[in-house]
Amino acid sequence: MGWLVSLLGSSVGKKWMMAVTGFAFLGFLAAHFAGNLTVFGGRESFNGYAQKLQSLGPILHLFRAGLIACALVHITTGLLLFLQNRRARPVGYQVAASAGGRTLSSRTMPYTGLLILAFVVFHLFHFTFVPPAPLTIFDRVAAAFRRPELVALYTAMMVVVALHVRHGFWSAFQTIGAHHPKYMPWIFALSLAAAFATAIGFGSLPILVAALV
Amino acid sequence: MSQTIRLTLKIWRQKGPADPGRFETVAVDGVSTDMSFLEMLDVVNEKRILEGGEPIAFDHDCREGICGSCGAVVNGRPHGHLRGTTLCQLHMRHFRDGDTIVIEPFRARAFPVIKDLVVDRSALDRLIQAGGYVSVNTGSAPEANTLPVPPDRAERAMDAAACIGCGACVAACPNASAMLFTSAKVSHLALLPQGRPEAARRVLAMVRAMDACGFGNCSNHRECEMTCPKEISIVHIARLNREALKAGFLSPEA
Ligand code: FES
Repeated sequence: MGWLVSLLGSSVGKKWMMAVTGFAFLGFLAAHFAGNLTVFGGRESFNGYAQKLQSLGPILHLFRAGLIACALVHITTGLLLFLQNRRARPVGYQVAASAGGRTLSSRTMPYTGLLILAFVVFHLFHFTFVPPAPLTIFDRVAAAFRRPELVALYTAMMVVVALHVRHGFWSAFQTIGAHHPKYMPWIFALSLAAAFATAIGFGSLPILVAALV
Repeated sequence: MSQTIRLTLKIWRQKGPADPGRFETVAVDGVSTDMSFLEMLDVVNEKRILEGGEPIAFDHDCREGICGSCGAVVNGRPHGHLRGTTLCQLHMRHFRDGDTIVIEPFRARAFPVIKDLVVDRSALDRLIQAGGYVSVNTGSAPEANTLPVPPDRAERAMDAAACIGCGACVAACPNASAMLFTSAKVSHLALLPQGRPEAARRVLAMVRAMDACGFGNCSNHRECEMTCPKEISIVHIARLNREALKAGFLSPEA
């Protein structure tokens, strides 16, 4: 047991935990996206999807528990890494320059991460931890996205998520050692594709719902 | 064609580890564009010594880009802005007349400043002591063909072995992480049959030493590979991660 604690507590171990939990979130995003699409089937289809999810009972709770565990690990490890990294350079440079490695996405990871955390909490109280009646989930979503400020908030947040995905996706592969001259170009391309899919796929939803529903 | 240029240097001056340090502005005239960056500093220092002043301390040795002694942060870039070049090999023709150049030491908690631009990089030696070696018996050399090494593998090991241990990767990393240096050593030895017997112990020991020295963690910013004067790739960091996974979960080493 001691070996596992010291292994996961090491700098590379902490990064593995970030990568593995990050992969779990990517899987969750894909599933969440598929579920969202049912909103375009109208009230019946979206409410039906929500009911089906609820009817899963223990399985749903298991998934939720897993996601919460992943979130706890990702957030605490991320914060720990952030603080350690700041401590590793107590005196900074007079001139800040980049050799071209850093991207907007890579330099903002801790900040986009914290924004996403705040958004997820808001989103859960907004749409998930709500009574099923008298308003159905479809009514709630439709009502929410009739308010332009909520459309703007949700869409902007999806761009933030996309930024996080942009660096997190390929980074997770690199961190678990999956770097191969044959596949790395694909992983980089997929990383960009996943970011665009997040921004456009999720980000357009509030706008489309506002326009169509 | 040789030209001379006029420069304003803003150089970090620090009397010793305990001194808070400050920037000093020095105007230099008549800098030949054929000079290397270090020769330019030599000229400044010679003038200072003649005037009875304190010369600017900086590290250097081979001055041909192979020893890894030199290195300062020039306008925010370790070893200056030229790709794949050490500071001693950076020439003044890459600067323009009237330029202001800010020169700072490598900054990292693990690299305390000794004086001016000289930092203590012995943390890198501690990493090597932790595992950057192979244990072999002395005596007559074994017959070469007993250990076949495919040429592509030898090439990849050489790419990692090109590391001169200057520490620019640490200086360039936003997190002051030593992952590129450490991974170059781990990768170089892990790729060769001579390094395999100790591979698991080596990677775990070097990661532990890296953390103990107070370096930051790798965030895959890639500033290191863009800055490395030997252009060592983060492919080696991925190999370190892979070696550490294998060693940590599958080998008996702890
Ligand atoms: S002095 Fe040897 S590498 Fe620059």
